[in-house]
Amino acid sequence: MPVSKEILDEIALKQEEYDEIVRRLGREPNSVELGMFGALWSEHCGYKHSKQLLRTFPSESPYLLTAPGQENAGAIDIGDGLSAVIKVESHNHPSAIEPYQGAATGVGGIVRDILAMGARPIALMNSLRFGPLSEQQNRHLFNGVVSGISGYGNCIGVPDIGGEIAFAPSYSGNPLVNALCLGIVRSNEMVRAIASTPGNILLLAGAETGRDGIHGASGLASRTFEEDIELRPTVQVGNPFMEKILIEACLEVVKANLLEGLQDLGAAGLTSSIVEATTKGGTGFKLDVALVPRRESGMSPYEIMLSESQERMLLIVSPENVTTVTNIMEKWDIPCTAIGEVTGDGIARIFEGSNPVGAVPGGMLTHPPIYEVFGDKPNSIAELQNYDLKSLPTPADAPYDILLKLLASPNITSKEFVYRQYDHQVQTNTVLPPGTADAAVVRIKGSDKGLALSSDCNGRIGYLDPFVGGALAVAEACRNVSCTGATPVAITDCLNFGNPEKPDVAYQMVESVRGMVEACNSLNVPVVSGNVSLYNETKGTVIYPTPVVCALGLIDDVNKAVSSGFRNEGDSVFLLGSDVVSADVNYLAGSEYLEIVHGLVAGQPSIDLGLEVKLQSCCRSLVENQVVNSAHDCSEGGLAVALAESSIIGNLGFSGSIGNRDHWAPSLFGEQPSRVVVSVSKDKTHQFKDICYVSNTPFVWLGTVTSGEFSISGIIDGSLSEISSAWKTGLSIALGE
Amino acid sequence: MYLAKIYVTLKPTVNDPQGRTIERGLKGLGFESVKGVRAGKYLEIATYENNKVTAEKQINDMCNKLLANPIIEEYHFELVQTQESNSA
Amino acid sequence: MRFGIVVFPGTWSDTDCYHAVTEVLNQDAQYIWHQESNIRDIDCLVLPGGFSYGDYLRTGAIARFSPVMSAIKKFANDGGLVIGICNGFQILCEAQLLPGVLIRNDDLRFRCEWTNLKIENNGTKFTSRASQKELIKVPISHGEGNYYADSKTIDTLNNNGQVVFRYCSPSGQIDAESNPNGSIENIAGIVNDQGNVMGMMPHPERCCEEIIGGTDGRIIFESMIDSVP
Repeated sequence: MPVSKEILDEIALKQEEYDEIVRRLGREPNSVELGMFGALWSEHCGYKHSKQLLRTFPSESPYLLTAPGQENAGAIDIGDGLSAVIKVESHNHPSAIEPYQGAATGVGGIVRDILAMGARPIALMNSLRFGPLSEQQNRHLFNGVVSGISGYGNCIGVPDIGGEIAFAPSYSGNPLVNALCLGIVRSNEMVRAIASTPGNILLLAGAETGRDGIHGASGLASRTFEEDIELRPTVQVGNPFMEKILIEACLEVVKANLLEGLQDLGAAGLTSSIVEATTKGGTGFKLDVALVPRRESGMSPYEIMLSESQERMLLIVSPENVTTVTNIMEKWDIPCTAIGEVTGDGIARIFEGSNPVGAVPGGMLTHPPIYEVFGDKPNSIAELQNYDLKSLPTPADAPYDILLKLLASPNITSKEFVYRQYDHQVQTNTVLPPGTADAAVVRIKGSDKGLALSSDCNGRIGYLDPFVGGALAVAEACRNVSCTGATPVAITDCLNFGNPEKPDVAYQMVESVRGMVEACNSLNVPVVSGNVSLYNETKGTVIYPTPVVCALGLIDDVNKAVSSGFRNEGDSVFLLGSDVVSADVNYLAGSEYLEIVHGLVAGQPSIDLGLEVKLQSCCRSLVENQVVNSAHDCSEGGLAVALAESSIIGNLGFSGSIGNRDHWAPSLFGEQPSRVVVSVSKDKTHQFKDICYVSNTPFVWLGTVTSGEFSISGIIDGSLSEISSAWKTGLSIALGE
Repeated sequence: MYLAKIYVTLKPTVNDPQGRTIERGLKGLGFESVKGVRAGKYLEIATYENNKVTAEKQINDMCNKLLANPIIEEYHFELVQTQESNSA
Repeated sequence: MRFGIVVFPGTWSDTDCYHAVTEVLNQDAQYIWHQESNIRDIDCLVLPGGFSYGDYLRTGAIARFSPVMSAIKKFANDGGLVIGICNGFQILCEAQLLPGVLIRNDDLRFRCEWTNLKIENNGTKFTSRASQKELIKVPISHGEGNYYADSKTIDTLNNNGQVVFRYCSPSGQIDAESNPNGSIENIAGIVNDQGNVMGMMPHPERCCEEIIGGTDGRIIFESMIDSVP
C-alpha cells in the first residue's frame, strides 16, 4: 500500500527513505513501525547528514573512556578514580515555539544524559543566540529562555556556572539554545546505555507518559519554521521536581550496583531509548505498551512509543534485582513499572496486551541512510571576504566613545542580569563563578583538582569564513580554559546550521568541521560527545554557522586558578601572543567594532594555530608557576575591551600605551586571535619573561594597573566608574528594563 | 462597567506537574478520594467598557495576547456587570 | 555536637550543609529523611535550602505536612536548636514555627548573588560569635525570599530583638537599594520569641571556605556550636 505524502511529511521522511524501509523489511511497515522509523531516521536521532562529518573528529585520548557516539555523553578519566562526563545538546526548535518550556526541557534533557552515565550532574552551562533585542519578539524569546533555564536549573540543585550569549539578526525567530551538563562519577560505577542480557527487565521510571512532543525528533528538528503553527501541540512541559528526585533515586540505584544499563528517554521517547540500548547490546526486546503508565486515556501504541514526555528513565535490570530497584524508587515516590524485557532475537517487538502491534529488526532502525553533504562556496561570501577594510572612513566618534559603545553592546556587555537568575553556587564547588574569569571553574571536593568549562563560537567569523570560525571556536574555548590555568582535556560540541540540503549551508558545515578538526588536532584535544541541530532557518534566513564548542579543562591545583580581573594596583600588564599591538586593518574582519561602528560584517578572518598552541601552553605554565595575577583573552571588542573588562572585574584601572596612535581602530578594537592580557607583580616580571622565552611565546608590555584611572596612549582618557557603568548596564538598557 | 473573572489553566492534554504534586500531597494527607488536580491562575480585570459584546471581545484579545499562552494554556471567563452601565 | 539535616524530596542544600558542618567545622551530622517521625540524639536541626515538592502551590506548603514536621515541632518546643535556611525558612513559616511568610521577590526574578547583612542582634544562639551590628557577606539564592508580615508582627519582631539580619549596603546602610527582594524593612532572618528557632534566606553554608568566596557563614554555625553545652 503506497503511503501518502501527508503521512511522510508528518514524520519527515522522504519517499526514497520510505522505499528503503519497504526494501529492507520486505513489506510495508504498519503505522507504529513507520513512526519508529521516522523517529530514528530523523536527523536528530540518526545524524543522516552529519555522520560522515562527525567521523572526522579526533577521538583519540588516553583519558577518554567512551567511544564516540556510543553513550549518552563522553567520559574522561580525571584521576583519583573519578571521571568527568560531559555533553552539550540543542533545544533550538522547541525554544523557538515556547521559549520557557523549550529551554527548561532542554536543561532537563541534558541532565538526564549525564545521569544515564551514572554520574551526578555538577554543573550546567548554556550557549544562547538571539536576534537583536531591539525587536519585541526577540526580547520575548530571550526572557522566556532565561526564565526557563532559571526555573528548571535552580529547582534541581545543579549550579549553572555560565556560558555565552550572543546576538545577530540571523537568529531572529530562530534562537539557539544549547545546554551543557557536566557530571562526575566514580569510574568503576559508570553505567552504560546497554541491554545485552536476554531476560533482563525493562523498567520505566519517572513521570507518566502523555501526548507530549510526539514527533519532536522528526518533526521539529527536521523542518524550518514556516510551518510552526500546526506543530505547537508538541510542546512539552517540564517538571524539575520530578527530575530532582529522579536524579537522587537513580544515583541511589547506581551506587547499589543494581543495573545492567541505564538510558534516558529523550527525543523519540521509548522508541529510541530501548532500540538504541538493545541494538548496542546485540539484543532485541518485547514491550507491552499497555503496561506503560499513562497520564491521559485513550493513547494509541503509536503515541506511547513516540511520546516525548519528560523526566523518564529506562532501567535495565536483572529479574532478581527488580524488587530492590522498585523499592528505592518507591522511597523517592517515583512511579516505576516493568514494561517489557530484553530478548535474544534482535527484534524490537511491540505489543498492546497480547496483540502484536509492531516488529522490526532493531538494527534497521538504528542504521538510517547516510547522506554525504556537498558544499559550494557562495559568491556572496567571497565578496565579503574581499572587502577592502583599508577603505573604511575614520569614525566620527572619539575612541573612548566607541569603547563605551562596545562595552554596552549586547554581545560584550556584562551578562550579570542573566546569570544572577541562575543558582551558580549550589553544591558549594564554584571557585570561579560566571562573570569573573574566561572559564568557570569548579573544585572537586576531596581533592585539590578543579574543572574549568568554557563555551565559545563567533558566528560572525564563521559566516565570513566557516573554516576559521570552526577553528577559532575550538581555539577560543581551549584558550579560555587555559587562561584559568586548566589543561583542555575534552571538547563537546553542538553543530548548529541551516538546511544541509542547501549547497551553501553544506559548505558551511563541511568547512566548519574541517576547521574544528584541524584545531583539535593542533591542540591535541578530543571531541568526546556532541549534538547536531540542522534546519535552523526562519522565513528564508539561515542562521550564521554556529558550531558551539565547549572545552573542559583539568587543573591539578584549583587554588591556583586565575580570574580575568586585575588584582593589584601597580602590576605590570602584558599582551601575550604578539610582540606588538598590531595596527593591521585586516584584524578588523568580522569584528564587533566593524558591525557596531560601520554597520558591516566583512573581511577575511584568520588564525595561526601554531601560535595558539604556544600561547595556551605558556598561559598554563604562567598560572602553574603563579606568575600572573590575572589572564583574559582578547576576543570580541579587541584589546581595549579586554583591558576594560580586566579593570572592571578587578575593580581597578589601567594606564598604558598601544604604540601606533594613528591607526587606533585596529590597535584598540581589532580582533587578532591568539592574544591574552595578563597582569604580573613587579617582582615577577623576570620570571614572566623567562617562561615566555622558554615557550617561545611573543609578548609586549602594555602598561600598569591603576587604582581607577583608565587611559590608553592619550587617546582614551576615562575612568573605571564610566567604563564599569557602560559594561554593567548594557544588557538592561537593551532589554528596556 | 464590567468585571471579568478569568480562569487560565493548562490544556487538558498538557502535563501539569504542579497539579500532580498537589494531588499527591492531598493523598498523602489522607484525601484518598482525590481523582485529579489541575492548577491554574485566576485573574480579575475591571474594565470601563460598557458594551458587553465589546468587553467580551477585549477580554478574549487580552487572553490570547497576554494572559494565556495559547500554545499550552486555555482560558474561560465570566463577565459581571459592576455598575449601572452608561449614565448617558 | 551533632547536627541533623532534614531532607525533603526536592531539598538540595542538604549535602552543602553536611559538608560545611562536618568537613569544614569538624562536627558530627546525619541526614533525617522526611518520613522519619522520631528525632533522637540531635543537638541542632538544619532545614536546608531547595525546592521541596518543587515549591508547587506555595513554597514549603506541601513539605509542612511531612511526617518529620511534627517531630521538628516537638524538638523545637522542647527548646532544641533549629535553623531553617532559604527553603527551610519558608517551611518554618508555613509550619508556623516562625511568624510571617516569604513571597515572590519584588522584581519577580530569581536572584543568586552576594548580599551584605547587618547583624541586628548578636545576643542570639545563632549570632553570639559576632559583634553587635557587625556586617557579614552571605549569598542569597531564591525566587521567593520577600519577607512579609503584618505591621503588628513586625513591631513585635523589632521590639523583641527577633530580627537577626537585615540586608544592607557595603557600608551598613539599610536602604532600598540593598534590598534584593523587597522584604519588609530589609529583613533577611528572624528568630522565634524563645530564641531557639531561626530562619534566614541567605545561605551561610555557602560561605564557610575562602576558596568559594568567603567564610562569614562560619560565624553562624560556630555560634550554634557554642550554644550547645
